[in-house]
Amino acid sequence: MLAHEMAFASSYITAFAVEATEFPDLARRYRVSAVPKTIVNDDIEVLGALPEPAFVDQALGAPPETPHPDE
Amino acid sequence: MSLISTDDQARLREEFAKMTRPVGLVFFTQTLGCETCHLTHQVLNELPPLSDRISIEEVNFVLDGEKAAQYGVDRVPAIALTYVEGDEVKDSRMRFLGTPAGYEFISLIRAVLLAGGARPPDLSEAARSRVAAVDKPTTMQVFTTPT
Repeated sequence: MLAHEMAFASSYITAFAVEATEFPDLARRYRVSAVPKTIVNDDIEVLGALPEPAFVDQALGAPPETPHPDE
Repeated sequence: MSLISTDDQARLREEFAKMTRPVGLVFFTQTLGCETCHLTHQVLNELPPLSDRISIEEVNFVLDGEKAAQYGVDRVPAIALTYVEGDEVKDSRMRFLGTPAGYEFISLIRAVLLAGGARPPDLSEAARSRVAAVDKPTTMQVFTTPT
């Protein structure tokens, strides 16, 4: 699981794999109607199983801007 | 009777043999009011016989609130993976809520292999640098179903 890979790589990240059907209260709270659905810090939602770059961007926010090589 | 077929046991034994450090499955459970704790226990109990580097530490969720808080666990069944590096027990920060069956069983095995050093991290260079830039506590909850 990508979130687990991220957690293992960073001491700031903790990742839970949550079995949605066993915790209907959590599934309701985060409006889980399809899986996988990832919730980051209670406020970011990532829907579906995305390719790694898209998942990382959505989960962590867009990457910091890098100056254009011509500038 | 085992929940894992003989063939799968042999395959797992082979994968676990590549582990370079011990992994602990910190299993949070309670006796009453937890429908799936028993099944989770049964699943976890399948693993230590397949590798002497895998152990289970059972934690009573009701009696040991301190440990639950330490791992950010607020419901059961829950599993936190630790590993030993040098003489130190380290938190892998990989967790599971609910029974690790089906898809989540595969995730559990992969997490054990990662924490145990049996496989390299599966992150691209780009992702690794994004993750390395994270500088505040971040909790990810990935909702899945067994199938």
